[in-house]
Amino acid sequence: MIFTTVILKEEKAMISTVTGKKKTGFSGFISNLLIRKKLGTDDEVVHPFRVIVYKEISDQVSSWRFIILLIIIALTCFGSLYTALTNIGSAVKPNDPEGTFLFLKLYTISDGTLPSFFVFISFLGPLLGISLGFDTVNSEQTRGTLSRLMSQPIHRDYLINAKFLAALTVISVLLFALGFLVMGLGMIMTGLPPAPEEFWRVVFFILVSIIYVAFWLNLAILFSVAFRQPATSALACIAVWLFLTVFYNIIVNLIAKAIAPSEMATTHQVFRYQEIILTLMRILPGELYTDATTTLLMPSVRSLGPLTMEQIVGTIPGPLPLGQSLLLVWPQLTGLIAATVLCFVISYMSFMRREIRSR
Amino acid sequence: MAENIIERTDLTKQYGSFTAVDHLNLKIGRGEIFGLLGPNGAGKTTTILMMLGLTDPTSGTVRVCGIDSTTHPVEVKRRVGYLPENVGFYDDLTGLQNLVFTGRLNNLSGRAATEKATELLEKVGMSENSNKKTIKYSRGMLQRLGLADVLIKDPEIIILDEPTLGIDPSGVREFMDLIVSLSREQGITVLFCSHHLHQVQQVCDRVGIFVKGRLIAEGNIGTLSGNLFAGSPYIIEVGLDSIPGNISGQFSEENMRELLKDIEGITKVENKNGRFMIESLRNSTSVISRRIVEAGGGLNFLNKKEYGLDDIYYRYFEGGEGHD
Repeated sequence: MIFTTVILKEEKAMISTVTGKKKTGFSGFISNLLIRKKLGTDDEVVHPFRVIVYKEISDQVSSWRFIILLIIIALTCFGSLYTALTNIGSAVKPNDPEGTFLFLKLYTISDGTLPSFFVFISFLGPLLGISLGFDTVNSEQTRGTLSRLMSQPIHRDYLINAKFLAALTVISVLLFALGFLVMGLGMIMTGLPPAPEEFWRVVFFILVSIIYVAFWLNLAILFSVAFRQPATSALACIAVWLFLTVFYNIIVNLIAKAIAPSEMATTHQVFRYQEIILTLMRILPGELYTDATTTLLMPSVRSLGPLTMEQIVGTIPGPLPLGQSLLLVWPQLTGLIAATVLCFVISYMSFMRREIRSR
Repeated sequence: MAENIIERTDLTKQYGSFTAVDHLNLKIGRGEIFGLLGPNGAGKTTTILMMLGLTDPTSGTVRVCGIDSTTHPVEVKRRVGYLPENVGFYDDLTGLQNLVFTGRLNNLSGRAATEKATELLEKVGMSENSNKKTIKYSRGMLQRLGLADVLIKDPEIIILDEPTLGIDPSGVREFMDLIVSLSREQGITVLFCSHHLHQVQQVCDRVGIFVKGRLIAEGNIGTLSGNLFAGSPYIIEVGLDSIPGNISGQFSEENMRELLKDIEGITKVENKNGRFMIESLRNSTSVISRRIVEAGGGLNFLNKKEYGLDDIYYRYFEGGEGHD
C-alpha cells in the first residue's frame, strides 16, 4: 500500500522532533510558543504531509486529555514499579529457571496489591489509543476545518495518514519513555545492568505494546470516520472496549460450560475442548497481547496452548532464547498487526470515498 | 475574456436516483466575477466540490485552468482558493497561526508564510486581532480571516460559498467591496455562490441562475430581465384607499378589469393583498391613474416596478417548477 511507504519515510524524522517537543509540550501555552517559534523562523520548505504531522503532534501533546492520561499512566507505572522493587527480593527463588532474568521481573511481578507493569499497559493502552483517536476526523468536520483543509493542495489521504502517524508517534515515544524509565529506575535501585537479551526482550515488549495500542487507535479512527459526533464515536469505542474486556469473557465462559466434556472424556476430547476455548479467547486483541507479552517477558514460557504429559516428560525447565520466544508469539503478533491494518484500511477506504461537505 | 478559466461540460452528479447537478454547461472567463445563484439545495455546493475534485462527477468533465479536476485535484487546488460555507478554524491557534499553517501546506517556508500572513491580515483589516485565538473571533472576523486564508496561496480563482452568511449588512458591503477590489487589483477570477441576491447583484459581471441542478439562465442582469420579461415588460402596482363607504371599497378584481379593459397593451390584472398588479406591454401608468380617479377611486399608491434580480430569480423559480 502507498501509505505505508509514506509513513515509513516520515517516521524517522518525526521521532527526533517529538522527543524535542515533548519535554516542554505539557502545557498548551508553552507548546503554542514553540509552534510560533518553529513556524516563524524556519526558512526551509517543509513537505505539507510533515506540516500536518507536526501540527497534529503538537495538538495531541498539548491537549488536556493527553496530559491527564499521561499522568494516570505514569502514576500507575511508578506504582507497579514500586511494588515490583519491594518484592523483587522474594520473587527470585533458588533453582528458578528465570533467575537470571532479574530485570524482566520488574515488568511482571506484583504482590497482589497493585497489578504489574504489563497488566497496567494492557488495561490502560486501549484507553490511550481511544483517547488519541476518537475525534480524528469528525472533530475536523464539526469545527468546519475539514473542507478548508481539503481544499488545500494536498492529497486527501495525507490527512488520515498524518493523523495516524502523529498519534502513533506520540504513543511510541510515550511507551518507550515509560519502558526505559522503568528500566533506568530499576538499574538505579538494584544496581544491576540489564543483560543484552533482557534489553531486547523489553524493546520487543514495548514494540508489541505499541502495536496493541495502535490497534485501539485505529479502531477509534474508524469510528471517528463512521460517526459524525465525537461523543458518539468515543462512546462506541468505549462500548467495544468494555465488550471485549468484560462481556466477551463472560460469553466464552458460558460457552465453555455448555460444551465442557464429561469427566469420562478422553484426553483427545479434553484437548479439543481446550483448543476451542483458546481459539475463542484469541479473537480478543487483549488476549493476543497478553499471550505475546507474557512469552516475551517470561522466557520460561514455552507453549501458549495445552501440552500433553508426553510432550513435557524429559524437558529441563529453562528459559527459551529470544528468537524462540519470538517464534512462539509470531501468530499472535501477526493477528494483532492484521487487526490493526484491517481497521486502518476500512477507515482509509471510507474516508477516501466520503464527500467532504462543510459542517 | 479571451480565455475560459473554468469550463464545465455536461457535468452531472447523481446521488442514487436524485440528480443534484444535471448536465451543467458553463464557462467562466479569466478575471470575471461570476455569481452562481440559486435556492438552497440547488446543487451549487456540489458543483464547487466537483470543481475541486472533492467529489467525483457521475458524468461530464470540469476543467479549471485547463486541468481536469477529477484526475488532477491537487494541481487544481494549488490554483483555486475555496472559502467554504461556515468556514472553521482551529480554535486553539491564533488567526496568524492558522494562516501560517495554511501557507505551509501550500509549500511556503515558515518565514515566507508568516510574512505573507501578516500582510494579508493587514489587507483584510484584521492585523489587530491576528494574535487572538480564533475561538474569540466573531462571524465577520472569521469570514475575513477566511478570505485571507484563501488568498495566501496566490490563487487564480477564488470560490466563495455563501460568503455573506451571518454577517451584518454593513459588514456584508465592506466584505464584498474588499473581495471585488482585491479581485480587480490582482486579476483574480471570482465565483460567488449565494442565495442572497442583492449582495451579489451589486458586484457580479455575470450571473447564472441555478435551480434543481440545472442552469436555467445565464448572462448579465440586463440581458436576463430582457429575456425573461419580454412578454410583459411593465408591472404597475396600484393601491386604493379602503375607507368603508368610499367608492373604492367596491373595486374588485372584476371592476378593475372592466375599467381598464380598453387600454391598449394590458395583459393581466390581479388583486394581490389589496393591491392591484397590472402587467402591461407599454408604460400606461398615467392612463391607468386617470381612469381610476375618473371612476371615483381614491388612488393612494401607484408604482411602476423595475425588474431587479429578485424578480428574475422568483420568475425563474416559478419557471423552474413549471418546466419539470
